Amino acid sequence: MTGTTLPVGASAATTSWEELVTSALLGTDRRTPPADVMASGQDAPVALLDAAALHTLRRRAGLLPARAAALPEPAPEDHRRELPEPARRRLSQLLADRSAPAGTGGRRGTTPDLTELLPQWLTAANDHGYRAPAASLPALLDAARGRNDLRPHALAFAGPRGLWLARFNPDWKFALRGASGGAVLPGVQDSDAVRQLWEQGLFAERVALLAAVRARDANAARALLGTTWPTERAEDRLMFLDSLRAGLSDLDEPFLEEALSDRSRNVRATAAELLSALPNSALAARMAARAATCVSLDRAGGPTGPTVIVEAPHECDADMQRDGVSPTPPSGRGERSWWLGQLVEASPLSIWPERLGGHTPEEIVTLPVLDDWTDELHAAWCRAAVRQRDARWARALLGPPAVSPAAGPGASSLAERAKLLGTLPVAERASWVAEFIAAHGLSEAFQLLGVCAVPWSGPLGRAVVDALDIARDGGSYPWSFSGVMGLAERCLDPAEAPHLEILTATPDEAEGASPGAGGYWSEAFQRLVSTLRLRAAMMSELAGAPGPQAPDERSSPAQAPAPVDTTPAED
Amino acid sequence: MGPPNVLDMDNAGVRWTTEQVLALAPDDASRKAGARLSAAGPWSDAGSSGEGAVWGLCKGSGKKPYQTVIDTKGPAYRCSCPSRKFPCKHALGLLLLWAGEGTSAVRTVVDVGDGPAPDWAEEWLGGRRKRSGEQEERAKAEAGGAAGQADPEGARRRAERRAARITGGAQELEQRLTDLLRGGLAAAEQSGYGLWEETAARMVDAQAPGLAGRVRELGAIPGSGAGWPVRLLEESALLHLLDQGWLGIDRLPAPLATTVRTRVGLPSPADGPPVKDHWLVLAQYDTSDGKITTRRIWLYGRESGRTALVLGFGAAGRSPQPALPVGLVIEAELTPHAGAGQLRADLGAEVDVPEPTGTPPPGGTTTAAVEAYGSALREDPWLDSWPVTLTGVIPVPDGGDGGGWQLADADGKSALPIAPAALSRPGLWKLVALSGGGPVTVFGECGHRGFTPLAVWSAGSSETVQLT
Repeated sequence: MTGTTLPVGASAATTSWEELVTSALLGTDRRTPPADVMASGQDAPVALLDAAALHTLRRRAGLLPARAAALPEPAPEDHRRELPEPARRRLSQLLADRSAPAGTGGRRGTTPDLTELLPQWLTAANDHGYRAPAASLPALLDAARGRNDLRPHALAFAGPRGLWLARFNPDWKFALRGASGGAVLPGVQDSDAVRQLWEQGLFAERVALLAAVRARDANAARALLGTTWPTERAEDRLMFLDSLRAGLSDLDEPFLEEALSDRSRNVRATAAELLSALPNSALAARMAARAATCVSLDRAGGPTGPTVIVEAPHECDADMQRDGVSPTPPSGRGERSWWLGQLVEASPLSIWPERLGGHTPEEIVTLPVLDDWTDELHAAWCRAAVRQRDARWARALLGPPAVSPAAGPGASSLAERAKLLGTLPVAERASWVAEFIAAHGLSEAFQLLGVCAVPWSGPLGRAVVDALDIARDGGSYPWSFSGVMGLAERCLDPAEAPHLEILTATPDEAEGASPGAGGYWSEAFQRLVSTLRLRAAMMSELAGAPGPQAPDERSSPAQAPAPVDTTPAED
Repeated sequence: MGPPNVLDMDNAGVRWTTEQVLALAPDDASRKAGARLSAAGPWSDAGSSGEGAVWGLCKGSGKKPYQTVIDTKGPAYRCSCPSRKFPCKHALGLLLLWAGEGTSAVRTVVDVGDGPAPDWAEEWLGGRRKRSGEQEERAKAEAGGAAGQADPEGARRRAERRAARITGGAQELEQRLTDLLRGGLAAAEQSGYGLWEETAARMVDAQAPGLAGRVRELGAIPGSGAGWPVRLLEESALLHLLDQGWLGIDRLPAPLATTVRTRVGLPSPADGPPVKDHWLVLAQYDTSDGKITTRRIWLYGRESGRTALVLGFGAAGRSPQPALPVGLVIEAELTPHAGAGQLRADLGAEVDVPEPTGTPPPGGTTTAAVEAYGSALREDPWLDSWPVTLTGVIPVPDGGDGGGWQLADADGKSALPIAPAALSRPGLWKLVALSGGGPVTVFGECGHRGFTPLAVWSAGSSETVQLT
């Protein structure tokens, strides 16, 4: 109640307000109002109401301001540039649309899905170094609260004032918990402050600190970690160990080697995995020796020439287990093939040409393998190529894009292919996927497109559009391709829009086509074109340049990078 | 290579901003739907005229596109879609498109450029022009002489009959109030809401909607948390005061008598001398009692220095009229309503195309704000709040009793608590964000429940950011 926060003005009346309230609460029959109130000669209730009206008005008319509570710390200055006016308007539109239901599949109309464009907008705004308009901060924080994938970019854009604001609203606690609470990190050269925060900080602060120190001086970070390592809890050790992934080098080997004897199985497994990504490590050499005994080449071979012979390990001894080999296979898998997969995966790929008759990786993946071990062996090589980021092996294992996935070497699953693609240079990735789509259509392209740089290169974009056009002519409904359509809306180079215009017309119904499909396709292409136009507008508004500009050359992956903060949205 | 921007250059005013357009939306769903239509694709044959008309064809799910026309001077809308929302999503989308183009360097979709209106749009626009001309004629005719009164004798008799009914209602209400006080407020907690509903219905029968509304509010107080007996006594006493005011209305000075009539629920006459001015639209917000949506628009006259309240009412499902773009200055004539301490005014038909934003109205300290409310009570004791502008105030989280916010003078001494109802609104966070812990100018309603912020200007900016 505000009656107490706004103090009562000086009262001239003799009767106190409290007496009136008491009398009213109990009833005038039980508690006669004070004598001076009754002096008017009225009935008790009327006299009481008269007096109360007088008091109420006197109280309200005599209100004084309350004493101010302590003023808040002012928000830190944000020196980034102010958004251009059109971009500011665009942001309020994107944020206003944010809680609209996202159309997945089905009919989505011809209008762009603004929610899906917010991540792009934020990335671009951050690249340009703009400051978030203060009035949009609440909506921005609300959007970030609901969507984990938005958080890193939204919080970076919200900047110091966003963090300042988030302190006051419990709904926005997530903003303070995130690693980007970086505002409070001491300078990494300030070794005393670093040590103090490391020893006394909250877990999130310590993770952020370790990452910051690691980014600047890998050895210092390892040394810092070493000071408290034995006393950390197992799950914390796991997270800290994981932070060594960034800037992993041979210098980390002794520390990791020691962690192979850790009490926690997860810590041991992570240490082994990190060591196996270091081809010069002792662990890699031990794994190589084990793997080499299992895989060999029969030069004479069968009718098709030299053949690879696989002799899977017969046991998983204590040394193997110490090196991270998990002894128990998941149900449904034989334990010997399980062990073999792990050995090959953790061995440096560089051992195989020498081990298998001097063949190149390209030749090795085409060698026949005895006794149906092909899938097992190739899958392990795929994992090794991804882990060791070996583009040559990845290329060999992917095979030519035009070859049917079923006929190609090992990488059968689309997820694995996408991972292998990730190790290739950006341009090569795009042209590989373009050729793949040209040969096989779109039905299996979604995951592969996801690892391509945005905006899509010319050939890749054209391949996708051609494939969509073919799918339309084939008479199917557009929502069978809604995933790729959605990706195309977000990733296609906006400069392609004029070439797509022709596809927005509703074609005559072809023989054998699904009824009405033509209209739906035209709708889908209209949405695609208008989304591209909108993206071009968004980008040029942010560039502050008159007229659409050439698409910029940034190469962010189509799907937002893994969020820094992986805590689930709380709603 | 922007689109032809005739509206910017010629006699007509500026295009509105996105926020101003979105503020016209009747509800959240329309706001979102409108934003979706603001981008591209569906529009064709769109255009605008130098006189503030905007039109376009929007492709919907049907074969025939919807015809949407907006007269931004009203603003008034027409659309061939079946929506009952007002303005509909098509009108909002088209306005957004038009607003966005004003400064956007890119031709996003269609060119809402200048040109003659197509026939289907002109038909409506011409009709509007004609009607507004006729209205002016009629207004002139009425001003010319009260001869328009068809049956003055009959009207007088009707008014007397109604006054007699209200008097009956007021007497009955007095009886209920004295019964309440005799038996004690504690008993009111047990009797619950039903008794009050019944009394409110009796007041409706007595044709005193003002009394009915206050009775219903009394009924809600026992369930309103700690301190309810104090609030119930305060409001009962003020209702008693209103009853007494009506029963003794002959003895009151004329302006106060008019205020009492208005508070009881009789229509208040808008018969003050018209004020022509450049009015800054400070705030616009709607409240609903379930049946009727009431729109309140606060205006500040640049030259006259007056603050005025324009009310609009809409039945369920329809957005009240008028709708004015917050933050812009409109040139218009307002006709004040009669009565002591009343700020209500009617908006004249002639509203010129909005002009660019001006500076915030002159304001004062928190002390000046409560003083202004205090002196306004002398004119109208039933005022819950009074419009004020606070300059150089800082939003402060209340360290004391938890959760509350204040607006403190920049010297950190005095502060006004933010009204509890405003604490749960998103506008509060906009206010805090804009301040960044520094002083801002805030317009709002200051009353005995605290301060309700409605608009804010950050330091050194003339842009009005609405908090409703």
